[in-house]
Amino acid sequence: MKPVKVLTLSALVGSALVLGACGGNADTGTKTEDGAGDQAGAGDAQLQGEISIDGSSTVYPIAEAVAEEFMLEQPDVKVTVGLSGTGGGFEKFIAGETQLTNASRPIKDEEAKALADAGIEYTELELAYDGLSVVVNKDNDWVDQLTVDELKKLWLDNGSTKKWSDIREGWPEEEIKFYSPGTDSGTFDYFDEVILDGGQIDKSATLSEDDNVLVQGVTGDANAIGYFGYAYYLENKDNVKVVPIVNEAGDAVEPNHETIESGEYAPLSRPLFTYVSNAAFADDEAVAAYTQFTLENASVLAEDVGYVSLPEEKYTEQLETLEGLK
Amino acid sequence: MGNTTRVKSEEMIGRIDGRLMKNKVIKGIFLAATVFTSIILIILLYRIISQGAPYLSWDFFQNFASRRPEQAGIKAAVVGTLWMMSVVIPTAAILGVGTAIYLEEYAKKNALTRWIQMNISNLAGVPSVVFGLLGLTIFVRVLGFGNSVLAAGFTMALLVLPVVIVASQEAIRAVPNELKEASFGLGATKWQTIYRVVLPYAIPGIATGSILAFSRAIGETAPLIVVGIPTFVAFLPSGYLDSFTALPMQIYNWTSRPQVDFHNLAAAGIIILLGVLILMNSIAVWIRNRYQAR
Repeated sequence: MKPVKVLTLSALVGSALVLGACGGNADTGTKTEDGAGDQAGAGDAQLQGEISIDGSSTVYPIAEAVAEEFMLEQPDVKVTVGLSGTGGGFEKFIAGETQLTNASRPIKDEEAKALADAGIEYTELELAYDGLSVVVNKDNDWVDQLTVDELKKLWLDNGSTKKWSDIREGWPEEEIKFYSPGTDSGTFDYFDEVILDGGQIDKSATLSEDDNVLVQGVTGDANAIGYFGYAYYLENKDNVKVVPIVNEAGDAVEPNHETIESGEYAPLSRPLFTYVSNAAFADDEAVAAYTQFTLENASVLAEDVGYVSLPEEKYTEQLETLEGLK
Repeated sequence: MGNTTRVKSEEMIGRIDGRLMKNKVIKGIFLAATVFTSIILIILLYRIISQGAPYLSWDFFQNFASRRPEQAGIKAAVVGTLWMMSVVIPTAAILGVGTAIYLEEYAKKNALTRWIQMNISNLAGVPSVVFGLLGLTIFVRVLGFGNSVLAAGFTMALLVLPVVIVASQEAIRAVPNELKEASFGLGATKWQTIYRVVLPYAIPGIATGSILAFSRAIGETAPLIVVGIPTFVAFLPSGYLDSFTALPMQIYNWTSRPQVDFHNLAAAGIIILLGVLILMNSIAVWIRNRYQAR
């Protein structure tokens, strides 16, 4: 913490915080010179500052990786990343408490309006793709593929319990068990948008904020179906069976690296975002350097943590957009 | 007449068998409850230790969080939790014991005190998320502390405060009246009596109750999430207004990751958390024994 900031804050909160000021001065001036010299790009000058980031827990692993690498280059920039969820992240972004916020869905109209009211201009940046993977139990030998219409029929609440035989003829007369991410998550929001279309999800569905719970649920029940991020499917390939989804062209496509990147796996491929405050980007060198660093390294780092990178030109385009903000 | 007495005593003997039987059944039920609880606990501990122990190394304490499980460490979380507790313990102890002394020794026993008393007891049962919302509004936003050690520490102090107050009240109430009366009889003032007689007698109880309450503050995740405490922090706080992260935040994050390695790291984190809790409870026991021995 900078002495200046400590002083401003102390002035703000008064004498109760004498403690904070004392502690704050203790550790300044430990500037490390090594490890910065030959790094290319934004990391030439040694910057100082604090960057707070919050938002989606789905995007968190990418943000964590970026922050980790960035702080190796710029040890005096203190980056913190939280995981309040996409909605919670926007709330803090609107309150001006964060400079960047991660989101696993595009910003909602009401959030955009609140930002406009607060006078915060922002830029949306895509970091990577995720393919929502629809999975069933390993012993499920009847589901070979699903169309979007069948997904709707499956997941929308129709007031009664559903059997597999209700979805397609010839499928067993067994009750279907549903596992879905919680309604606070961006993952649910995205599924809601492309499949449920604002309708009520089957009321018997088990909702959980922890995707590992969904994995366990589907693994343990032969009549279960669920969906979650591609990274969770990848880790549990041996425990669950992924269902190919029929895209608009009429092909049944399984989510994998190529089909997600090319957009062939549709409509359940989704981009993962980070939103940066334009003012913070223009005024704070550390934020600017961090945001550029994010785009320069997102493709490698996203792959590292189990997501699919965008085509290279997308990152270049976005870096150019950022240049315009300076 | 003799006949009827004999019948009665025979009946009684018959009933004794039934009662002894009942005694055995009840004992069996309680034993089963104990065994069941112990087994669950042992399974839980076994799972956590067998998953987490291989990940416990000096590096685990020395490193910050990382996307690579083998390089990830818990340094920021351990240090952050200690910083937070350095706010929670004095705040909750001073406010809690102060309130308890006032309510027990000074306050008149009228409707108002009873009303305050009832509210304190009710507050002890309020979900921790609610305290998180309170902390977010007051400490983070109105007072402008941001997501700092101070904001989280005060929030957690409020969360455990009702428990500290109630525990301290119980301890103070348990001080024998004779001791207090003797003190007054010797001409001591109220404060002298509290300081020299009541507190020394009550401290074991106050300490035990308070430390158990503080342990709760170490393990709570929900208020920290609501207050907006970050999870990735690759530096140590250097002041009370700095950002930080805490053990439960790091554990929560690791358990929700897709990779199994992170789940094991979470287990290692839980072992550390358990270690800290056991340490605190041992201190409580030590204080109790020390003061009771006098």
